[in-house]
Amino acid sequence: MNGKALIQALNGVYEWVDKRLHVTDLFNHTAGHPIPKSSASWFYVFGSATLLCFMIQLLTGCLLALVYVPSAAEAYTTLEYLTFRQELGWFLRATHYWGSNFMVGIMLIHVTQVFLFGAYKYPREITWMSGVVLMLLTLGLAFTGQVMRFDEDAYWGLGIGAAIAGRSPMIGQQVVNFMLGGPIIASETLSRFFTLHVFVLPGSVLALVALHLRMVLTKGINEYPKPGQIVRKETYDKEYATIIKKEGIPFFPHGIWKDLVAASIVIGGILFCVLMFGPKGPLGEPNPTQIDTVPRPDFFFLWIFAIAALMPDYMETFMLLVAPPIIIGLLFILPFINNTGEKSWRRRPIAVLSVILIYLALGLLTYLGQTSPWSPDMKAWSGAETPREFVEGRSPLELQGLAVLQNKQCRNCHAIDGIGGHRGPDLADVGTRLTKDQLVRQIIQGGGNMPAYGKNLSPYETDALVAYMVSLHPKGELPARDSTIPATPAPLSVQEGEQHEAVGAH
Amino acid sequence: MTTETNNDKPCGCDHTPEPKKTSRRDFLLLLGFGLNAIAGAMIGIPLIGYLLSTFFKSYPLQWISLGPVSKFPEGATRLASYLNPDHREWDGQTAEIPCWVRRIQENDFQVFAINCTHLGCPVRWFEESKLFMCPCHGGAFYENGDHAAGPPPRGLYEYPFKVENNELFIQGGILPTLANPMDDKKPRH
Repeated sequence: MNGKALIQALNGVYEWVDKRLHVTDLFNHTAGHPIPKSSASWFYVFGSATLLCFMIQLLTGCLLALVYVPSAAEAYTTLEYLTFRQELGWFLRATHYWGSNFMVGIMLIHVTQVFLFGAYKYPREITWMSGVVLMLLTLGLAFTGQVMRFDEDAYWGLGIGAAIAGRSPMIGQQVVNFMLGGPIIASETLSRFFTLHVFVLPGSVLALVALHLRMVLTKGINEYPKPGQIVRKETYDKEYATIIKKEGIPFFPHGIWKDLVAASIVIGGILFCVLMFGPKGPLGEPNPTQIDTVPRPDFFFLWIFAIAALMPDYMETFMLLVAPPIIIGLLFILPFINNTGEKSWRRRPIAVLSVILIYLALGLLTYLGQTSPWSPDMKAWSGAETPREFVEGRSPLELQGLAVLQNKQCRNCHAIDGIGGHRGPDLADVGTRLTKDQLVRQIIQGGGNMPAYGKNLSPYETDALVAYMVSLHPKGELPARDSTIPATPAPLSVQEGEQHEAVGAH
Repeated sequence: MTTETNNDKPCGCDHTPEPKKTSRRDFLLLLGFGLNAIAGAMIGIPLIGYLLSTFFKSYPLQWISLGPVSKFPEGATRLASYLNPDHREWDGQTAEIPCWVRRIQENDFQVFAINCTHLGCPVRWFEESKLFMCPCHGGAFYENGDHAAGPPPRGLYEYPFKVENNELFIQGGILPTLANPMDDKKPRH
């Protein structure tokens, strides 16, 4: 058989198959569909990269499910088994964890790009709206995924979820019971989140991705917007058809190569993180009686954690229950608020400004969530050292005061020179800010977010504590002074000892 | 492309619909829809009932023993725990629920839920400063459970208790939230 005959035979087979499966037709309508040449851009790779991450999650998730047991009694043990004993179990766990981080991150870039390029405008409203639902599903997967890692953070994370649900008006208790599968966090809770994470949410994502891609095929990918090119409902479809006719290229093979390069970079990035950082946790066991714990959400929810700490408490229920539906609703109907007009971000300053503001806010809140200065440092009172200059040269009474400061857990909230909790102000220079009387009042009565210690300090403990705090001022800086008492001019060279006398004088 | 079908007509055939009249075929279509609606309801209603069963169930508090009162010294606050009365065999460690027991004197107790009233994180007791502190958002409570500082909207949740034959009982078995706080303390705002 010579070459020509072979090719002829293969062609025959192909035609036979194509007559039955219509693969050529399928190809022309999908991978081979024409896209504007301008859309084969590096900015347009993030959608396919998000999908790639999802595929990695499906694959690694299925493989993890071979070993993982979604039972409150067994989940933690199987996580440890997966991490330490199952061959390459750590690799699977790490890939699933980092895959999820990449998926959320790349998805956010994709949403931002679509927003800035005006791709949500006519006629791609449904593409955008299905994308918003996909974003919520992805965040839902990330949240329920934290629960699958059933450790102390997962347990208390569920408690936080229940506390938020319990703020719903009227049917709060029913919502809590529905979420937990009963009145308390237990095995049924984990089973519920397992069902969501493994069946309901991924299934919904697959269905929505089908719709999302269908829309990309029927309404076409957004052309690279040029400043001054205005979208009008009457003319856009014709204009787009002209672009496709004039400078259309098939997505495969002429448009896809950038997506392929991006895909390999994403996989490389995930692999890098897997090998450098490994899987996350599991942290301590999900044992509710083990309360020596500092629950924190995963990276992508730290900003919500920060909002919950920083909101004035009268706004909290509103921010937790009412604001999210409003924001999501606005995002969902965005194409109807702003359906036509300029697409290019160069002519949409408000859009650009919104993106900058949103990312600044999210970034700042995430940073604050990471450092959480509002949380007391539970171990500072027994563990934080006192720098030498805050001990040296103090009188016996002042040293007693320092002991009181340490023993009464003041430092859980108050740092000295940066060491200790950051809930309240640093005490390193408190003597320059508050007079002796003000210090006594603040300690006894509390206020300004500080508990009152009146009942827990004896008069001599208070005396010693205040004496020490008055001594806390930088060298050469005078202590705070009661402004109702006329100031006596300070001598030219103020000595340490004289300062102390001056404070005691009034 | 070998088999391009006629795209103008949805079925790709040349059949034109007949003028409208109720025929046997229409009746059978309606019958088909109707039968499936009934069958769907018969299967669907129990499914929804199963899914939403927690909505219609009430979970009354149950009396649970925390052990002899002698376990709790007067004037002190101690961590105790109880087995969730409604636990399942496969609940594992999550069946053991912690709480703070403050014995004021004799048979006068206060039993606090472990959960901060802000967002449910476990509060820790600090004997020296007589404060409960929350590790999440910096809530603090006094020895008697009152709000001391931070974002919590009210004082700590308190279990109802009783002392019988020198044994301390509390009424529990739920995760207290603002929707079901177990006690009748008022929020700060």
